[in-house]
Amino acid sequence: MEIIMAVLAGLLFATAIYNLLQKQILRIIIGTVLLSHGAHLFILTMGKLKRGDPPIIVEGAGPFTDPLPQALILTSIVISFGVTSFLLVLAYRASTLNKTDNMEELRGSEHE
Amino acid sequence: MSNIAVLPILIPLVAGIITIFFHKKIKAVRFFAKLVTLLNLGVAVWIGYYVIQNGTVVLETGDWVAPYGIVMVADRLAIFLVITTNIIATACVFFAQHSLSLKQEQFYFYTFYFLLITGVSGAFLTGDLFNLFVFYEVLLMASYGLVILGGERVQLRESLKYVLLNLFSSMLFVTTVAFLYSVVGTINMAQIAQRVQEVEQTGILTTIGIVLFFVFATKGAIFPLYFWLPKSYIVPNTVVSALFGALLTKVGIYSILRTFTLMFTNDTGVTHELFIWLAALSMLFGVIGALSTNNIKLIIAYNIIPAVGFMLMGIGLLNDAGISGSVYYLIHDMIIKAALFLMVGALAYLAGTSDLTKMKGMIHHYPLLGWMFFIGSLVLAGIPPFSGFIGKLLLLRGGIEEERFVIVVIGLLTSLLILLSMMRIFMRGFWGEKPDIKVQPKQARKLMMPAVFLLTLSIILGIGAEWFYPHVDTITTELLDQGSYIDSVLKE
Repeated sequence: MEIIMAVLAGLLFATAIYNLLQKQILRIIIGTVLLSHGAHLFILTMGKLKRGDPPIIVEGAGPFTDPLPQALILTSIVISFGVTSFLLVLAYRASTLNKTDNMEELRGSEHE
Repeated sequence: MSNIAVLPILIPLVAGIITIFFHKKIKAVRFFAKLVTLLNLGVAVWIGYYVIQNGTVVLETGDWVAPYGIVMVADRLAIFLVITTNIIATACVFFAQHSLSLKQEQFYFYTFYFLLITGVSGAFLTGDLFNLFVFYEVLLMASYGLVILGGERVQLRESLKYVLLNLFSSMLFVTTVAFLYSVVGTINMAQIAQRVQEVEQTGILTTIGIVLFFVFATKGAIFPLYFWLPKSYIVPNTVVSALFGALLTKVGIYSILRTFTLMFTNDTGVTHELFIWLAALSMLFGVIGALSTNNIKLIIAYNIIPAVGFMLMGIGLLNDAGISGSVYYLIHDMIIKAALFLMVGALAYLAGTSDLTKMKGMIHHYPLLGWMFFIGSLVLAGIPPFSGFIGKLLLLRGGIEEERFVIVVIGLLTSLLILLSMMRIFMRGFWGEKPDIKVQPKQARKLMMPAVFLLTLSIILGIGAEWFYPHVDTITTELLDQGSYIDSVLKE
C-alpha cells in the first residue's frame, strides 16, 4: 500500500512540476495546488498506513495509529489553502493591471 | 518562568490583531505600534538577561513533555537574534510614518508588520522542525501582504514570482520534514539530533540534509537560488525593504546554522564542503550583481548575497572561529543592512530618483546623510574598528585554521569589491556639483534618525567587541556541543 501511495505522490509531483513550468499564471497555480496535494499525501504515507486502530495511546492498549502525520497534514492543508486563495487574488490583480497573464511578458525590463 | 519564552511571539501577535480593529485611526495606531514595539524590545532584553543568568529557557507548550509536544527553546543564540530583530523593528516603526503614504499606512501596514515580527521571532525560538515551517509561513504571509502594499503594477508583477517561489520551497520543506520523520520518527530538533547519531544508514540522512539545505538556501538567497531576491526586495516601500533585507534572509541562515550544527553533522565531508563552495560563489556573484547596476536600492539589495555567503562560509568551516564569526556577522549584518536600506531610501526620497546617473552632489545639502552613508559603507566592507571587521576577522581566521586559502582570498577580494560598489554610490551620488533640487532639511532629519540609531549600535558592536565577544564565544560553545542543546530540551 505504501508503495502505491508513494508512486501516486510522485505522479502528483510530476504533474505539478509540469504545470509549474507553463507560462500561463492559472496553470502555474494549479501546479502549486497539485504540489501541495502530493506533499500531503506523502506525509500521510511516511507515517505508515494503517486501518482500524485508534490514534490514542492508552496504557496497555493494543496497536495504535500514529496521530502526528494527521496533525501535520491538517496544519499544512490550512496553510496551503490560505496561500492558494491569496495567490489567486494576486494573480487576478496582477494580470488585470499588467494586461497579460503570460509569465514570459511579466519578466520586466532592466530600466523602469 | 519558562512561559517567558513565548512572550516575543505573543506580544506582536496580539498587537497585530488589535491594530486590525482601528486601522483607519492612524494617529492612535502609530502611537500603539511604537509603544508595543518598545515594550517588546524591553521584554526581549529582559529575557536575554534572564537567559544569561539562568541558562536556556525551554517552554513545553500545554505541559506536553518534550519530545512529544511543541517546544520553544530560548537559548542564547535565539534570544540574541530576537533582541536584534526587535531593535530593527523599533527603528523601522519610527521610520514608517515618514516613508509610507497615509493610504498605505491605513491599509493594515502595522498589522502585517507585527505579524512579520511574530513569524521571525517564532522561527528563532522554536525547537520543533514542523513548527519552524509554520513560523516560516507566518512570516511569509505577512511579507506577501507587505510586498504588495501600494498595489503598483511592478509590485504585483514581482510579488507574484516571490510568492510562487516561496510556495514551492515551502512545499519542499514539508516533504523534507516527512522524509526526516520517516527515518528518525520525530520532528523535535533535539530528539532528531539524538537519533541522527544512532541511524546506521547515514547516506539517506545526508540526502535529506542537502534537500533541507536547499529549502533554507532559497529563503536565504544563496547561490544559485538568489535570483528572486534583488528585484522583489526593491519594489516595495523603503521601510518594507529594510525589514525584508534585515530579517528574512537571516532567518534562512539561522535555520542552516541551527540544523547543520545540531542535526546534520554526520557527514561534514559532503554537506559542509558544499557550503564552502556555495559560499564562495554567493560572494562573487552577489558582488558582481552589486557592481552591475546604477540603481542605488538594487546595489544594497545585491549586497545581501555576499553577506549571506560570509555567514555560510563560517557554518561550512564548522570550527570555533568560523562559527563565532558567523554568529557575529549575522547580528552585525542584520543591523547594518537595515541601516543601509533606510539610508538609501532616504537618499532616493530626497534626490527624487534612485538612478545614480541622475544623481550628484547630495553632500552639499545633506552632509550628515553623506558621512553616515560613508561610515555605513566602511562598516559593510569590514574596515576596522567597525563591527564588520570583527566578523570577517573571525571568519578568515577560521578559514586559515582549516587551511582553506581559496575561500579566504575570495572573501578578501569580495570585501574590496563590496567597498567599491558602495563607494560608487558615495562618489557619484554625494560628490560632484551642487544639484538643483528642493532642500527639505526637516524631512531629512526625520528620515535619518532611525538610521543614526542603527548605525550607532553597529559602531558600538564594533568598538565594544571586547564586551560583546564573550557572549558570542559562549553561543559558539553551545552550538558546537550538541549535547548541551539536547540536554536542556530533553532534560536527561
